[in-house]
Formats: sequence, structure tokens, C-alpha cells
Amino acid sequence: MSRRRGAIGLGLVVLGALIPYIGLHLPWVLPSTVNVVNSTGTLTVLALCFIFAGVALGYDVIFGYTGLLSLGPVMYFATGVYVFDITLTHWNWPLVPALLATFATSLVLAVVLGAIALRVSGIAFTMVTLAFAQAFYYLIEDNPHGLTGGDTGLALYSSRLPAFMSGAVSNTRNLYWIALGFLVVSYAVVWLVTESATGHVLVAIRENERRLEVLGVHPFRYKLAAYTLSSLVATGGGVAYILLIGTAVPSAVASVTVTLSILIMVVLGGAGTRWGAVTGAIVYVYLQQYLLKVAAEPSFASLPAFLRVPLSQPQFLLGAIFVLFVIFVPGGVAGVVVRRRLRVAAERFDAASATPSNTVQEEP
Amino acid sequence: MTSAVSITDLHVTIAGSHVLQGVSIEVPVGGVTALLGRNGVGKTTTLRALLGLVPSTGAISVLGTDVRGWPTHRIVRLGVGYVPEDRDVFAGLTVAENLRLAERIDEPRYDDVYAIFPELAERTRQRAGTLSGGQQQMVSIARALLNGWPLLLVDEPSKGLAPRLVSELADTLERVASLATVLLVEQNLAVVRRLAERIVVLDHGEVVHAGDAVELADPELARRFLGVTGAR
Amino acid sequence: MNVFLALTFSGIALGAVYFLAASGLSLIYGLMDILNFAHGLFMTLGAYVAWDVASHLPASWGAPLLFVIALVASILGGALAAGLTEVIIIRPLYGRPIGQILVTIGLDLAVVGLLLGGFGSNSLSVPVPLWLIEASHVGGLSLPNSDFVALVAGVIVLVSLELFLRQTRYGITIRAGVENRDMVSALGINVGRAFTLVFVIGGAMAGLAGLLYAVVFSGDLISPTQGDSLLIFAFIVVVIGGLGSIRGSAVAALIVGLVQDYANFYLGSHPGMAEIGNLSVVLLLALVLEWRPRGLFGSTL
Repeated sequence: MSRRRGAIGLGLVVLGALIPYIGLHLPWVLPSTVNVVNSTGTLTVLALCFIFAGVALGYDVIFGYTGLLSLGPVMYFATGVYVFDITLTHWNWPLVPALLATFATSLVLAVVLGAIALRVSGIAFTMVTLAFAQAFYYLIEDNPHGLTGGDTGLALYSSRLPAFMSGAVSNTRNLYWIALGFLVVSYAVVWLVTESATGHVLVAIRENERRLEVLGVHPFRYKLAAYTLSSLVATGGGVAYILLIGTAVPSAVASVTVTLSILIMVVLGGAGTRWGAVTGAIVYVYLQQYLLKVAAEPSFASLPAFLRVPLSQPQFLLGAIFVLFVIFVPGGVAGVVVRRRLRVAAERFDAASATPSNTVQEEP
Repeated sequence: MTSAVSITDLHVTIAGSHVLQGVSIEVPVGGVTALLGRNGVGKTTTLRALLGLVPSTGAISVLGTDVRGWPTHRIVRLGVGYVPEDRDVFAGLTVAENLRLAERIDEPRYDDVYAIFPELAERTRQRAGTLSGGQQQMVSIARALLNGWPLLLVDEPSKGLAPRLVSELADTLERVASLATVLLVEQNLAVVRRLAERIVVLDHGEVVHAGDAVELADPELARRFLGVTGAR
Repeated sequence: MNVFLALTFSGIALGAVYFLAASGLSLIYGLMDILNFAHGLFMTLGAYVAWDVASHLPASWGAPLLFVIALVASILGGALAAGLTEVIIIRPLYGRPIGQILVTIGLDLAVVGLLLGGFGSNSLSVPVPLWLIEASHVGGLSLPNSDFVALVAGVIVLVSLELFLRQTRYGITIRAGVENRDMVSALGINVGRAFTLVFVIGGAMAGLAGLLYAVVFSGDLISPTQGDSLLIFAFIVVVIGGLGSIRGSAVAALIVGLVQDYANFYLGSHPGMAEIGNLSVVLLLALVLEWRPRGLFGSTL
């Protein structure tokens, strides 16, 4: 079973890696302006999908597995974007030191702020993470010493960046591969952690924290570890993002909206499952980008206002889909699939145990 | 109606643990039925499930009505007074406000309540959180008595009370039991021996014994089921 | 000294608006454990309903009357939006606290998106009487009349809310429910009705806050995302004051309003410190939580 899933995963990664060589026309799947699979526009959208899939995976460790509703992931995403951008653009550091500085900053921030936030639990934890992330946003907006560029943003420009990574259009496929690589690495890390003994402790924290304490396990350390891991993954996503997009703007990379988007991706896909988070993120980013393009098409303008206005707002459609999912599909996409699998298994079990009856306990 | 409460095959799962595993209890009308067992065997959970405060499966009938899936407030309005473990008075509300919230009939029986607890009549404007433990227990019982309801669920009323107060409490419960059917969860065997006519013993989420209260005189039974030797 | 007094006055007015925004949030959390992200939406909708009503009535009615109508409309608009939210999307999720938070996030995104689509991201102007834009001279100080309106509204709401919570049966039920929801239903009370009620009350105050914020602090302009930025501060006020505590919200709202006002004036003019007012509020939150993790007024009303 798991070997088959491993083969499917490997197949998907290989397919993803080959996409830049596929010149297929997909008129309905892709917006008409960029409907060739390996066009720059499509590759950029797919790369964004992969980046947020990785970030969502990391966030799923703290939210889905450990059960802590943190509203802080954007802070670490923005750390990846801005520290990397600043060390390269302003200070002209070489690539490797810039990367090290970026992850070191994120690590320190996550450990210190995580330790403070985890002093409180439940809703208060959520609030504190939100407040820290907001403070970080205000700091970036403030443009201290002209470092962040404030509202106008900060474009990535560095002669020290290897040529194949620079933001030129011809490099899009390289940046696409970097984004795919980031997703693969995040998946591997999250897979290792969640399948390990630590991962089981995290799930136990979500299910019943007090029972763990009775068993003599200190949940705090594990919670901090989960928080830090998901923060570092978000930082990696930030680095891949600034390489791909080339400009850091606070409203796009540091505002609470980014956190909410990540949260929505994980919930849509199914919190607490790895491929659920990945699926949710890819669907979300794809819809967000695609819906914008659809709304810009000329045929759209002829629709009556009551249809045109809501349909032209990705934010409305995604928000509405999200509400419906939370109410009617609580486990997300993954939940539906898992339930179906369980039902099939139960039917097989029932069939197998049909003769010696009355020993099977029926679930309500 | 033969039973005040009839529970059949009740299952409750809380945070992953199977707390009640097929409990069946019949509480006949009138008198006191005591629900016994060590700490953590599911006595409080049984009462809470009966009131719909925790999700459960199985059949529950209260005062002759099948209440499966009912919301708590509707079950209570059938005529159930509830005195929870730890009393659960509203600490920020005054005594009068606590009682006012419990009023469910047009003419609540304040005279009866104040006759049993004259002390409360003097403290109506005091915040319940500033009362002593015994006084809070009075408020809690008073709330359950105010409507003259036929069924009372009383959860460990003697818990945390001084010995002198415990015997006063037993006097009160004796008066109460002459007015209504009482399902009593209690650890204090002296109180149980004095009040209860029937006992039901729970262990590990199952009923392990049901019978007449006089059996409690047998110290072996008390030790085996309750982990106690004699009265505490 | 005069500058300081004037600052204090405007800080208090800001605090009054924060109180209106935060107290409903606090009640909703206290009773239902819901962190209501749609509260910013209720503020925004209150302001838009007020704008819509006021700009469709004949101007010949006179600006003062139209403004009073707008105030009433903002209250009713916020209350209606909140009541519908509770009944339609919160109720199916009783017993799923995270689901309830998520659904309010989704609703906020969706409806704000709809407003952006319908009205654009540009601000709209609410018609107000000239008097409101002027200032009154009190003891050598020149104080904006709009600040007085916010202050009076805040005080009226605080007093009537306290009276409601203390004197009426529904109010007592809500206070009891904040302490122990299960016990309220175990007394035979339908707590669901109290849930809808706190949403309606919270929404009414939020709607009023949305309009007043526009009138007092953003030059009579309203925009679809205004409520959401106000919401962050409302959250902070609620946590500092203590989740579920109305008095806590009132005190915390004043503190936050004053800190933000002072910091903006005395520090905000330095280069790179334009956001110091907002930043100082977040720092204040971190300090309070380190000192008292449950906020200033714990969890009783």
C-alpha cells in the first residue's frame, strides 16, 4: 500500500519536473492568455502553487497535527522573503551566507516568540501569534533605515546571485524547479517528522494534552519544536517566493491575509494529512490565479452585474467555498477520501465476518 | 410510568476514552437510589449523559419520555432538578440571581426553599462566589428544588463539606427525598446508608451490582466495590 | 499641556470606538468560545448600510436628521448581519469551536470580497452635518465635535449594556453562561437563544463602531477593509481586558486608545516610526500577557 503511494508520489514529482518541456494547449484548464502548459505565466502559477503547498505542509504540522491554531506563519514567510532580499540587495552578500542568515534569523525568532506565545494556550495563543505577526507587519511597513522599502516594496537585485537564479523571464523554468524542489524537501521533512515518535506525540497533544502530562511527557518542548519546524518551512517558502516573484510587498507577503490563505488551504485539503495540505494549497493558488484571469476576459463583461460582480472576486468565491467546506466537508478533501476508504474497508470486513455475527460492534 | 429514569446500554466516549461501556440502570419512582463506585468510574458522566450534557449512544428515558438526542434544556423541563458535582453556582451572580435563573414555573416555591435554607433568605444580595462551601451547596440544591420537580439528580453533595455540615445535609436530603425521586451519587457511605433504599455500583464504565441498600452493611461488599472499609 | 489634554481627549474618543468594537467580541467569546473574525465585517456592513440609507434619502431632510438616521441604520445593519450569521452559519457548528472560528474567517473574506467587487476598493463618503466636522472650544482647547459624539455613544452603550446585563433576565442568563454554559442549560434554559442574542447585540455595537470610526478617524470615508483593520485592535483590547469581561474591555479600550494616540504624536514623527502607535499597542499586549496571562479582568463579568 505505502509502496504504491510512494510510487505515485515519485511519478508526480517526475511529471512536475518535466512540465517545462510540455508544450500542450489546455484552453479550459488554463486561462486563454497563457494556455500553453510551459508558458512563463503557467509555470509561474504552478511554482506559486508548489511554494504555498510546501508552506501549507509546514503549517499543517502545527495546526493539523498538533492542533494549535497559530496565526503567525506569515511572519516566518516574510522573514524568508525580507531577510534574504535585504542581505542580497542591500548588503550584497553571497548566496550561501544570505541563506544561512535567513534561516538563522527565522530559527531565533521562532524559538523566542514561540516560547513566549506557548506560555498561554487556546484562543490566547492564537491571539498572541496574531499580534506578533501584526507587529512584524507594522515593522516592515515602517521601513526602518530604509531596509524594507515600506509600502513600495523591495525588489530583489543582486550581482552575487547565480545567473540561473535571477528573475529574468528566461529563468522562469529554473525558478519553477527550485519551487518544486522546495516542495519535495518540505514534504520529506514533514513526512519524517510526522511519522516519527515525535509526530505521534504531536498528535497526542492534539487529542488530549492533559493525558500526556500525566504520562510525564512535557508537551511544551514538542509544541515549540513543531512551531519552529513549521516556521522554518515557511521561511524556505519565503526564499523561493522572492526568487520567483522578485519583489517583496508587505500587503502580499506579510499581511494577515497570507496567514488566512494558508489556513484555508490546509482546511480545504484536510488538516492533519500531508497530501491534503498539498492538494488544498495547489487548488487554492490555482483558483486564485485562474479566477483573476477569467474575470479579466472580455466575454465576462457581458454578464449581468449580479453574476459578474461575485464571480470576478476570487476572494468571494474562495471564502464562500471555504465556508461551505467547513460546514459540510469538515475533514476537507482528504477527509472525504479517507472516509470512503474506511467505508470500503468496513464493507469488506462486514462481508468477511457475515457468518459469525453479533460480535461486530456497530458504530453509531 | 414505572421508572423515573431508565437507561439502557449507555455508551460515552470522551477525548478518545470509552468512559461508559454499556451502562443500564433503572431508577424506580420515589425514594433515593444511590449510584456508587470508586473515583473515575463514570458516575458523574452517567448523570451528565442523562441530561444530554455529553454525547452518548443508547436509550435514555426520563420520567416516561424517550429523550434520546434531546437538548439539555428540554430534558430538564420534563421535571429534572440537577445538583452538580462541585456545586457550580454562578460565582459572579448574587444568590437571588442564581435562583431567578432556575425559575421554570409561574410560581416558584421560594417559601419551601427558604423554609429548608433560612440562611439563604438573608443572603439574597450576596455574590454566590463569596459564600462558604456549605452555603454554595444550599444555593445549588435550592436551584434544583425551586420548581418542585419530581426528579432530582444530586452529584456528591457532601464533597468538601465539614462533618457537621454533612449530617445537616443528610437531614435536608431526607426531607427532599420525601418530595421527589432522587438519584444520588455519593462517596460518603454513612450518608448513603442513611438515605438510600437502592444501590447501583459502577466499575470501569459498567454496572457491576444493583440491589438493596441494606447489602451495604456487608463490609466485604463495600470493600470489593467501593475500595473503602466502613464509613469515611 | 494643552496639547497633552487635547491628545488625551482624542485618545479617549478612540478608546470609545474600540470599546464599541471590542465589547461584543468579548461577550461572544465569553459565552460561546468563538473568536469571531466576522466582527470586522459587521463593522464594515454597519458603515455601508448607513451610507446606503443616508445617500438614498432626500438631501432636503437636512444633514442632522440624515446623520441620526445613518446612526440608527448602522446599528440595525450590524445587528441584522450578526443575527443572520449566528443562525445560518454558526449554529450548524455548535460543538466544533475551531470550525466556528474558521467559518467566520471564510465569511469575512467572502463578503469583503463581494463589497470590493460591488463598490471597488475606493472609499465612499458618508454625508454628515457640518457641525460634526467643526470643533468646540472648551477651556482654551479646541476639541473636534466628532470626538464628543464617539465619547457620548461609548458611554451610553456602556451604561445600557451594564444595565441590561445586571437587571434583565436575558442579561443575567448571559452573565451566567459566560461562567458556565452547561449549568445554564442544566437549569432548563435554551442557551442557543442567548447565543443569537449576544451576536445581535455585538453586531449592533460593531455596526455603530464601524460608522463612528469612519466619522471620527477617517474623514467620513468608508472602505471594504476598514472593519478588518479595526478588528485587530478590537482583538487586542479584548485580550488585554480579559476575554468575556465588559468592564475589562472598557478599561483596556481606553488604555489602548491613549497609548496609541500618545505614541503616534510623540514618537510617530521620527523617521521610520510612522507605525509606532500600532506597534506600541502590540507591545502592550505582550507585556500584559506576560504579567497576567488572563488579561486585566480575568473572566468574570
